[in-house]
Amino acid sequence: MNSIIKEIEAPLLKSNLPAFDVGDTVKVFVKIVEGGKERTQGYEGVIIKHSGHGVGETITVRRVFQGIGIERVFLVHSPRVEKITVQRRGQVRRAKLYYLRQRTGKATRIKEKVGVRKDAAQTKAAAAAKTEAKS
Amino acid sequence: MTLGVMGKKVGMTQVFDENGLAVPVTVVKLGENIVTDVKTKDKNGYEAVQVGGFAVAEKKLNKPELGNFKKRELSPLKPLKEYRIENSGAYTVGEALKVAEMLTVGMRVDVRGKSIGKGFQGTIKRYNAGRGPMSHGSKFHRSMGSIGAGTTPGRVVRGLHMPGHMGDENVCARHIKVVRVDVEKGLLLVKGSIPGVDGGLVVVTPSKSKWN
Repeated sequence: MNSIIKEIEAPLLKSNLPAFDVGDTVKVFVKIVEGGKERTQGYEGVIIKHSGHGVGETITVRRVFQGIGIERVFLVHSPRVEKITVQRRGQVRRAKLYYLRQRTGKATRIKEKVGVRKDAAQTKAAAAAKTEAKS
Repeated sequence: MTLGVMGKKVGMTQVFDENGLAVPVTVVKLGENIVTDVKTKDKNGYEAVQVGGFAVAEKKLNKPELGNFKKRELSPLKPLKEYRIENSGAYTVGEALKVAEMLTVGMRVDVRGKSIGKGFQGTIKRYNAGRGPMSHGSKFHRSMGSIGAGTTPGRVVRGLHMPGHMGDENVCARHIKVVRVDVEKGLLLVKGSIPGVDGGLVVVTPSKSKWN
């Protein structure tokens, strides 16, 4: 990416994001305006798509609510997204979990990833700092 | 044409507004924009200001070009652009254009640049013409249809849309909103896309007062 664009994006990027990947069950806390007041709402689901980089990084989170599948796309670095917490790490073999759309009930279960280091978020941050120091 | 500033398109990204919504922006790196010559009615027959865009190395200019800068005791600049304005006397040779006064956040600007070249293209891409069916035994896919009637008029009307070279032409994107002006770093952020390739020359001028 161009260094000037990087410089513009740098202050907009969040540094406290946890490490998440496709297949993880996450809870996204979004700020919504309701009747002139602002409050935070949680939205829990499985990440089926993780795309983009820099400010434009997005995740698509799918959940089934009252029998209807809902997919919401979140701009990860948006100030509207207050917090993202990882509830469960999933073991998947695809980068895009579109196959979940055709499945219902028990078939949508995702195997839990075992042996995940708890400090994954910290290691990711450390790795980022390391590459930064290099460049 | 009103006075404008030259810059180079850097690329696109997005920033967040006060409501937390993402705004797509194009980043423009502004040049030095130094007045190199002032044309007056008495001397030249018309009023204009000649502005040099970017500071370049001496070897990038040939001797006649360099001579002009030597005469005026300026550092070499490229490219030179003339703006026809009414009060050219208000400018002096060697001063930099005041970007902070010309461009403010929220105002509308026109951005001129050279569009990306598309090469030789058919009528579908070039003029949004329709096409025939691609299958079911059709032999009419993407080619042009009829170009006119027969004996009457007996010729092809002028300006008929035909295949040819597309892009690489001067394009002006009008009434674009300024999102941010950073005079210190020489950066300008405008909302949406602007013509040209990344690194291409663009000229940013304030839009007509109707829009500002």
